[in-house]
Amino acid sequence: MTTAPAVRTTCPYCGVGCGLLVRAAADSVEVAGDPLHPANFGRVCSKGSALADTIGLEGRLLHPQMGSARVSWDAALTHVAEGFTRIIREHGPESVAFYVSGQLLTEDYYVANKLMKGFIGSANIDTNSRLCMSSAVAGHKRAFGGDLVPGCYEDLELADLIVLVGSNTAWCHPVIFQRIMQARQLRPELKLVVIDPRRTPTCESADLHLPIRSGTDVWLFNGLLAYLSRHGATDVGFVNAHTAGLEVALEAAGSSTYDEAAIAQACGIDPRQLSEFYQLFATTPRVVTAFSQGVNQSSAGTDKVNSIINCHLLTGRIGRPGMGPFSLTGQPNAMGGREVGGMANMLAAHMELDNHEHRRLAQEFWDSPRIAARPGLKAVDLFEAIHAGSIKAVWIMATNPVVSLPDADRVREALERCELVVVSDCVAGTDTTAMAHVLLPAAAWGEKDGMVTNSERRMSRQRAFLPFPADVRPDWWIIAEVAKRMGFTRGFDYDSVHEIFDEHARLSGAGNDGSRGFDISGLAGLNLAAYEELEPVQWPLTEKFDSGAPNPTSRVPRLFEDGRFWHADGKARFVATATRAPAHAAGEEYPYILNTGRIRDQWHTMTRTGRSPRLAGHQPEPFVDLHAQDALLAGVRAGELARVQTPWGSMVVRVRTSGDMSRGTAFAPIHWGSAHASEARVGALVSPVVDPVSGEPEFKHTPARVEPFVVDWYGFVLARQALEAPDVSWWTVIKGEQFYRYEIAGRGIHAEPTAWLRGLLHVSEPDADYIDYRDDAAGVYRAAHIIDDRLVSCAYVSRRPDLPERNWLGSLFKQGKLDESARAALLAGRLPGARTDLGPVVCSCFGVGRGTLCETIAKFGLTSTQQVGAKVRAGTNCGSCLPEIRSLLARALATSVSA
Amino acid sequence: MSWVGICELADVLPDTGVCALVNGRQIAVFRCDDSVFALDNYDPASEVNVLSRGLLGDAKGERVVASPIYKHHFSLTTGRCLEDSSKSVNVYPARVLDGRVWVNATPQQQTLRARRRLVVIGNGMAGMRTVEELLQLTPDLYDVTVFGAEPHVNYNRILLSPLLGGEKRVEDIILHTPACYAENGVKLHSGDPAVEIDRRRRVVRSRNGVEAPYDRLLIATGSKPIVLPVPGAQLCGVVTFRDLADVDAMLEAARCFRKAVVIGGGLLGLEAANALVRRGMDVTVVHLFATLMERQLDESAAALLKVSLEARGLKFYMPAKTAAILGAQRVTGVRFDDGVELEADLVVMAAGVRPNTGLGSRAGLRSERGILVDDTMQTFDPCIYAVGECVQHRNNTFGLVAPLWEQARVCALHLAEVGVSRYRGSFTATQLKVTGIELYSAGDFAGSDGTEALVLRDPRRGVYKRLVIRDNKLRGAVLYGDVRDGAWYSQLISAGRDITTLRDQLLFGPPMAPGAEAEEVRA
Repeated sequence: MTTAPAVRTTCPYCGVGCGLLVRAAADSVEVAGDPLHPANFGRVCSKGSALADTIGLEGRLLHPQMGSARVSWDAALTHVAEGFTRIIREHGPESVAFYVSGQLLTEDYYVANKLMKGFIGSANIDTNSRLCMSSAVAGHKRAFGGDLVPGCYEDLELADLIVLVGSNTAWCHPVIFQRIMQARQLRPELKLVVIDPRRTPTCESADLHLPIRSGTDVWLFNGLLAYLSRHGATDVGFVNAHTAGLEVALEAAGSSTYDEAAIAQACGIDPRQLSEFYQLFATTPRVVTAFSQGVNQSSAGTDKVNSIINCHLLTGRIGRPGMGPFSLTGQPNAMGGREVGGMANMLAAHMELDNHEHRRLAQEFWDSPRIAARPGLKAVDLFEAIHAGSIKAVWIMATNPVVSLPDADRVREALERCELVVVSDCVAGTDTTAMAHVLLPAAAWGEKDGMVTNSERRMSRQRAFLPFPADVRPDWWIIAEVAKRMGFTRGFDYDSVHEIFDEHARLSGAGNDGSRGFDISGLAGLNLAAYEELEPVQWPLTEKFDSGAPNPTSRVPRLFEDGRFWHADGKARFVATATRAPAHAAGEEYPYILNTGRIRDQWHTMTRTGRSPRLAGHQPEPFVDLHAQDALLAGVRAGELARVQTPWGSMVVRVRTSGDMSRGTAFAPIHWGSAHASEARVGALVSPVVDPVSGEPEFKHTPARVEPFVVDWYGFVLARQALEAPDVSWWTVIKGEQFYRYEIAGRGIHAEPTAWLRGLLHVSEPDADYIDYRDDAAGVYRAAHIIDDRLVSCAYVSRRPDLPERNWLGSLFKQGKLDESARAALLAGRLPGARTDLGPVVCSCFGVGRGTLCETIAKFGLTSTQQVGAKVRAGTNCGSCLPEIRSLLARALATSVSA
Repeated sequence: MSWVGICELADVLPDTGVCALVNGRQIAVFRCDDSVFALDNYDPASEVNVLSRGLLGDAKGERVVASPIYKHHFSLTTGRCLEDSSKSVNVYPARVLDGRVWVNATPQQQTLRARRRLVVIGNGMAGMRTVEELLQLTPDLYDVTVFGAEPHVNYNRILLSPLLGGEKRVEDIILHTPACYAENGVKLHSGDPAVEIDRRRRVVRSRNGVEAPYDRLLIATGSKPIVLPVPGAQLCGVVTFRDLADVDAMLEAARCFRKAVVIGGGLLGLEAANALVRRGMDVTVVHLFATLMERQLDESAAALLKVSLEARGLKFYMPAKTAAILGAQRVTGVRFDDGVELEADLVVMAAGVRPNTGLGSRAGLRSERGILVDDTMQTFDPCIYAVGECVQHRNNTFGLVAPLWEQARVCALHLAEVGVSRYRGSFTATQLKVTGIELYSAGDFAGSDGTEALVLRDPRRGVYKRLVIRDNKLRGAVLYGDVRDGAWYSQLISAGRDITTLRDQLLFGPPMAPGAEAEEVRA
């Protein structure tokens, strides 16, 4: 096998935007971190490491479809174009909408935005970034006059104090977290404070964890603002010269009636911890406050963002090395989407819809027949309008709103009612593609080519290393083809992404002259080779560089270095942030506050990460995490199933009592949809309440109740081939290496267990090589189907959730011929002889389980993650598991001390 | 001979005795006030070890013990029997030192006793095993005389099937050669069955007129095959399957004829049928029931067994009740009560056995299905013991070899007069001796109300296992195709151990079970 030269590209997951080196050979793909990329310098997390597992064609959408019928591109595109055209003609441009995604590349995004705002003439284009960081966007705009992230990743390394607010950085932005950890290793004086209602793995490494009550961030940061002001931390010169609105903000922050004890009480934390945090913040000039969905996904999200920014403005800690508020973006190209204006309340290139001059500029630049004149509908409202019938055609691109939006059952209902639902996606079987009238096969990561921008305004090329399979096409091409068929031939005659990017760069400079923060006119006119070769570069980038030179020379790591902001007067704004409780409080009927979020090894709705066996091992099933006492009160037990119910919807998931939850709170991951579980779409439970400014939903605070989901038996099936969704009360599917794992549970004892199990495993031939074990009295059943001495499938059922260890059984699928002892062991559900249980996977990269780790730590008396790495390699690749290893080490130490 | 500490003086109640086993000898130790006396425990009058339980008394100034059986009195100081001095016993030095009782096992006065005579009726496995055990315990206690009906030395009857099938030769199944008998001073009368027991004179008479007097008699006459009471059962070519002669008859038939019918789908019948197939015969097994080996197997295992036997060339006609055996002189066929007839040149009756109790019953020994014995294998005549398939113990009769070994061991101990052990019945497990077929059955394999079953099926490998559990204890097992764990299950069944913690892995045998226990502890 010849080794192809590595393709330099970027990771399609979170907003860190890591550079990757991909070597694609005929039958294998290797993915490694790009040592030269400034976002990660060669590091890569567990999800990125497993990218090679996710690029197979299984489950891909490969052909245009209308209903379930495969059609030609021409037929599909014409149908979409005619449908949109007709509906616009009959009901006006506001009757159609695009719902797009932070997974789109900048060029795709640009074309979609251009079509909707300039040619259809509506602003009904919104994006899943609305669910993610629109509160940050709104906060930035209110404070800085533009959606501008002031700092860069380097600031995290230069800071003396990092405050992580509502961010499980260790799991959700692992490479950022690794950079922080490495900086702390070099400079142990670098302090880390984590503010999170949940004790996440990020807290394992923190100097201080403030487990504030859900939704009380504004109390905390208003208090901080007052504290800073009262303790002389104000940078008077900076405030006077570069800001406005301090008095009102201080007043709103309750500076005059400052009462630390009251703040601590409101936030539900120890007053000593609170004052320790305030003191630390006040006395440390170099402080970065990095925040993520815990701040953004709230009905007071924008205020939370501004309450944080206020503190940085007051102390003048912005635009300088090692300082600043820092929004950690969720998606790989959320920033790129914001640049092109792909949201309902933006126009394009940081131009505003309500700005007449901007509208004129854009229309002129696009030479378009019309221009959207007023903001369109934001995600939640947009689907509400579909539900109400005022929007009659929607085109969903690269996202899965039936899983990810709040009140997701209503979203499904909305799509059911919608006259024309077009979905372009790279995967076939999602909850959303199931609702589509027209399915358009879009290019996936590795096939598509274009630009992405990460959290630190760094644009990087995402490059293709695979051909387009079957009928697959890039999104920009699909959109442009539809546009042309709608009669907009002139504006959409693109031949390449390079052409589109050039247009985007030119637009950013059009009539700008320093009036808009986003300006990459320096990249306009880049020739094709230079575009292809472009090194990662941060905007703004106004300086023209020689198009022959491969890379721009100007370097603008930080904004606002000169104290100039993008409000008309050049000053930043303090925003008065009055405290406001989350929209819905817990009560008698719904006593718990349901928090939602990501887990380490899955991404969004698992359409890609769900294909990787390595990633499935860490947290394979949907779950709800509760405080042990709450579990007791709710009558549910760890390992068993519970129904989590909110006024909007419900789900059935496994109960966990990790010890990380405070009383009265519950946590459920966001990833599972109907393709992966019977009833685990947490979106269905989330209240559709949104932030009044940003329109971002309150994902992290929904009152819920938890009740036992009583089943008569638990079980699981492992099968080499994917099975149809089993007909049981509850199931979830997990991808393993060469097998699929179905966790199941059900009601009713089967009168004919043998026939039932054979049915479950789809074994119909009476003389199949089928082995089984029955203990009717205990309700224990085990069975396996074997063909040519190779395991095809096996099933395990018991009245209690005390089923055999899955990892070992799964490993039998990799084995060649099963010998006699393996057959017996299959039914025994365990390896012959005594052995240690590998336990749940902690290190996905090397498949090291908790059992192995605990044993190794105890056996060799290990005390550091480095020692653990040296022994079993865990944590030496992506490092995502280091917090868990650290906590295992701490536990081992505690045990040995107390022993 | 040195002094041996027996017990504390306080352990012996005043004016009573205890029995001590000193150097293999039972010694009765009596306490009178603070002095002690030691005598043989053996009562020569009743010929049993009982003196320690006798009452102490005074006979004309002499301290005596009265035997609890025939009330002979023995002097504590001299051992003399007051009623019959020829029945005197040994006396041993005894003393109390620091509150402890010591005895010297060298008899102070030795009464000479002639070698005793043991007669054994039956030269089979159970009888000879008992003799073997006995000779190991006390080589010199008895002169042994054995009467055997068969004209052979003792052989392993279990291996008749492999012999018939040609997998073993006669030499291979011999247990004791003529030389063995001679070396051990055992007098063998082979081919000369005992025909009468004269209990009054304690003499056994053989067919050839040999009279052998005995002090102890051991009956080990085994069992007799059941001959169906149907017309034609006496025809030439109709045989049972019990001894070497039957094997010879079948081998002869196999050489000259083709078609064989084996009546009886039990253990023995299937072994015989399989062996005859190996000898090239066309064999049909006829069975009264719908499942083979119904006393050992459940339906599933029996079905698997049938399939594998069919694969070996056996044919089956079942369920079928034999109505008549056809033929004038030599058998020509078998007719069933449904009218169907099968051709046959050889008919093997393997429809079960019954204990051979004739001799014992005629001698007036209490018998039901078998000769009744107690837990020491003693019959109603204290001088007569019985072991093996001829006995009935605690309402059970026996057909398998394992209980025979246990009985032989217990019986030998009692014959050797060191009788401390008891036979409490055996837990029996069955294995079929058909090469390549592994089958094990034990205990209550069928189950009933209140029992629970663990079942494993691997038809492709021909494995079936079923364990029956009641009250969290293993009660029975059927294993087919993989019997490795049989011994472990036997242990668990007979020990009556609670298997709650093992249950999950029980069916997968002991190698994994320790892990299962550890798991349970962790959980």
